[in-house]
Amino acid sequence: MTRGLEKVTGAAPAFTDPLPPTPSRKGRGRHFIVRYLRRNLSLAVGIILLSLLALFIVIGNLTVDTELARPLSVRALQPPSWDHPFGTDRQGRDLLAAMVAGTPLTLKIGFIAGFLGVGIGTLLAFVAGYYRGMTDTVIRGIADIGLTVPGLLVLIVIAVSVRGGLTVNEMAIIVASLAWLNPTRTIRAQVLTLRERGYVEVARLNGMSGPDIILREMMPNLLPYLAATLVSSVSAAILASIGLEVLGLGPLESPTLGMTLYWINFNAAILNGWWWWWVAPIVIILMVFLGLFFLTVGLDEIANPRLRQSV
Amino acid sequence: MSASILRVERLRVSYDHPLGSVRAVDDVSFSLRPHERFGLAGESGSGKSTMALAILRLIRPPGRIDGGEVWLEDQKLSSLSDDAMRALRLAGIALVPQGSMNALNPVLRIRAQIADALGDHGMSLTQRDLTARVHDLLGQVGLPPAVAEMYPHELSGGMKQRACIAIAICLRPKVIIADEPTSALDVVVQRQVMVTLARVQQALGAAVVLVGHDMGLMAQFVDRLGVMYAGRLVEIAPIGEIITSPRHPYTQMLIATLPSLERKGMMQGIPGLAPLLRDLPPGCAFHPRCPKAAEICRAERPVLRNLGDQQVACHFA
Amino acid sequence: MQLAYIARRFGVFLLIVWLAATLNFFLPKLSGQDPVRTKLLQSAQLGGYVHAGLEDMVKEYDRRFGLDRPLWRQYLTYLGATARLDFNYSIANYPRTVGEMIAEAVPWTVGLLGTTTLLSFAIGTLLGALLAWPGAPRWMRWLMPPLWALHAIPFFLLGLILMYLLAFQVQLLPIFGGYTAGAIPSLSFGFLWDVVSHALLPAMSIVLVATGGWALAMRGMMVTTMGEDYVTFADAKGLKSATIFLRYCLRNAILPQTTALALALGQILSGAVLVEVIFGYPGIGALLFQAIQENDFFLIQGIVFTVIVALGLATLILDVVYPWLDPRISYRRAD
Repeated sequence: MTRGLEKVTGAAPAFTDPLPPTPSRKGRGRHFIVRYLRRNLSLAVGIILLSLLALFIVIGNLTVDTELARPLSVRALQPPSWDHPFGTDRQGRDLLAAMVAGTPLTLKIGFIAGFLGVGIGTLLAFVAGYYRGMTDTVIRGIADIGLTVPGLLVLIVIAVSVRGGLTVNEMAIIVASLAWLNPTRTIRAQVLTLRERGYVEVARLNGMSGPDIILREMMPNLLPYLAATLVSSVSAAILASIGLEVLGLGPLESPTLGMTLYWINFNAAILNGWWWWWVAPIVIILMVFLGLFFLTVGLDEIANPRLRQSV
Repeated sequence: MSASILRVERLRVSYDHPLGSVRAVDDVSFSLRPHERFGLAGESGSGKSTMALAILRLIRPPGRIDGGEVWLEDQKLSSLSDDAMRALRLAGIALVPQGSMNALNPVLRIRAQIADALGDHGMSLTQRDLTARVHDLLGQVGLPPAVAEMYPHELSGGMKQRACIAIAICLRPKVIIADEPTSALDVVVQRQVMVTLARVQQALGAAVVLVGHDMGLMAQFVDRLGVMYAGRLVEIAPIGEIITSPRHPYTQMLIATLPSLERKGMMQGIPGLAPLLRDLPPGCAFHPRCPKAAEICRAERPVLRNLGDQQVACHFA
Repeated sequence: MQLAYIARRFGVFLLIVWLAATLNFFLPKLSGQDPVRTKLLQSAQLGGYVHAGLEDMVKEYDRRFGLDRPLWRQYLTYLGATARLDFNYSIANYPRTVGEMIAEAVPWTVGLLGTTTLLSFAIGTLLGALLAWPGAPRWMRWLMPPLWALHAIPFFLLGLILMYLLAFQVQLLPIFGGYTAGAIPSLSFGFLWDVVSHALLPAMSIVLVATGGWALAMRGMMVTTMGEDYVTFADAKGLKSATIFLRYCLRNAILPQTTALALALGQILSGAVLVEVIFGYPGIGALLFQAIQENDFFLIQGIVFTVIVALGLATLILDVVYPWLDPRISYRRAD
């Protein structure tokens, strides 16, 4: 069908074949990845930032004595020195050790909750989006209402209700309990679009079973999108966990990033001029969020509608 | 040739594609006499819609007009400033967009969309005058006055198309370019729309360029027809002669595809596919599919030659 | 038709309210014991300061929610109390009631959140629209990268940074609180300025981050809208650039943007809570923080409920307003 007036504001007119030819095999491999990263700057920046963090964690855990991250290990409130490159806090923690030990904990919560959230969310999204009907209405209704409620508050109520303090793993589960809401919604929207595609129709007519179609036809096409959703879900989970911790609802003895912020606030570290205490965690948190953000944008570009048309 | 109202001379339009530059309109020339109905026919990707936009200077990056000239009466359009060209659109040359597009702003009432056009062209009307004008325009296209207060989604396809025609004529243009105004409409509505178009054209005394691919429609509406292939004009002739004695092989095959009530037989198609614009064959663009093709067709690109009333671009016409 | 839609949306709102109350009631019980009672007793035992009121509270609580009463009875009592906006007394601040304390804090939060959300939405949307428009001044392009980078970080993080830069290093703005301690609230210019200057840092933390987000989103919507057929036709109609920008592009792109606002409210609020905590700004967030510190369970429940209801209300209003913006959505069944 003729496209009539081509949309000349920015897009080239529809040619007879919509796909540019696939690059030759020679282009694949290392060179291809490097060249692609040059084009997709966000992805590159994201990967770099996160790699730096990973390096910090790995090297740190190998070289620094993490026992020093416990309170009362060293003299309190020391500015950075050769002995304590990041200084010490009021409770007598070596801050470098605290960062090295605490960052992976925070990330762990984020990953567990994020993965769980997207895992459950994907399952629900496919079931709702593909089978539609009552299941869809129920799932969508719950997700929609759940999203109206500010997650942090529900998490607070849960956290406060739990007897004693929270462990890191318990936090992860609690955050995960709400983490599936957004992914369900966005992935469902994608599933709905894909469902109308020709090849799904053909598969259905060929007698492929529902789960088969979902796994073999739809899922592969959604992988980039799922990856982008996963990263942003992890980011949201980390934010939620840090939020809970800043409010004092986290694992109190743990040197996670959020708890460090809590103690910083509790002890008015900024006002007291103990600058070394808060610089490190803030820089690390910045790197985490910016890294994840750029990664999401980069993955989004891969999952972009522009390429999705050829799906 | 008598004074033409619209003259297109050697127009060239390209698009920059990541894989190379593409000529969507290649050295196209034709002219339009006052009150004339000119058809521009061709399949998808032949460049005819790009032509329409190019005449209105609406080609935006990554497209650009590479060369050639368009005259409206004595006015050379390329020498107009941006604002002057803007003022010329709708007032001098008006576009009737394709029927299947959503050419109407979904959040504005029809009345507002006409008022926009009038207002931005320097006409300030009182509310009463505006209402009268709008109702009058709607009446000319056969729409009831109530339509003025409606939103586009409340109108049927045919009504939307006629509303677009109403907008197109509101400033009494000299040339109307109708880009596939009837695609996606059923035949009954198609007829309504074409009848409306014919009627307003008569009333205005305007010239019409009808862009499309429906040869049957062309046969019933236009005076002269230009056939485009791969961005090039391959034949221009009065409609009667094109239908009865087409000269260019492509046109011949196009006419042959029209089903006939008299002769019964197999449906004819044109073998092969239209070429990718970025990958045109050398010489004559049609030669890979042409039954008359010879060595010269590959070597040398044919130019439009006059053959009596007709112009043809073929080595063997 | 209109009424049916509004009624339906209102029904959803009531559902949310009910859900909030139910969650508030059941979640604490998940851990098996009754944490409220435990906390009450804890407060009575710890800290050496036992106020007489606490004894009464325990008695009252047992009367209403004692474990001897059947669960559904407790539940109904709770629902009834909530409906009357009776959130009980504050455990830590007896004899003040929870309702009282919330009522005090709400205006601060509404003021801060209201202004910052509106500001960042308005500025961000306009900025985003201009960024997408080829006719906009070139220097605007330079605003993109900083906005982009900023919007990825949480509000409170920027708050901490700003606090250090502007309140500590440069001593430009006050660090803490809603107004200078000891100042007497009055309608005088001096006091108002005091309030504003205390609100500036928290407000900036929110606005600087949120604006970027809105701008980016709007830019995306605008680009999509600009590719629509009716914009091409508007061009062909010879409309002026400003007309096309405002009435054909902006007017359409703002629709999904508004939907995004309704969905983002919860997130914005969560972020604002943390900002208030950092700055000690006397709104709902700081109150919540205090309540958590003091194990004041009734106060926590009351705040959470109030916030959920407020958000539900805001969403309801936006939902009802939306069809007025988009004529395609009639008040009939919009799916």
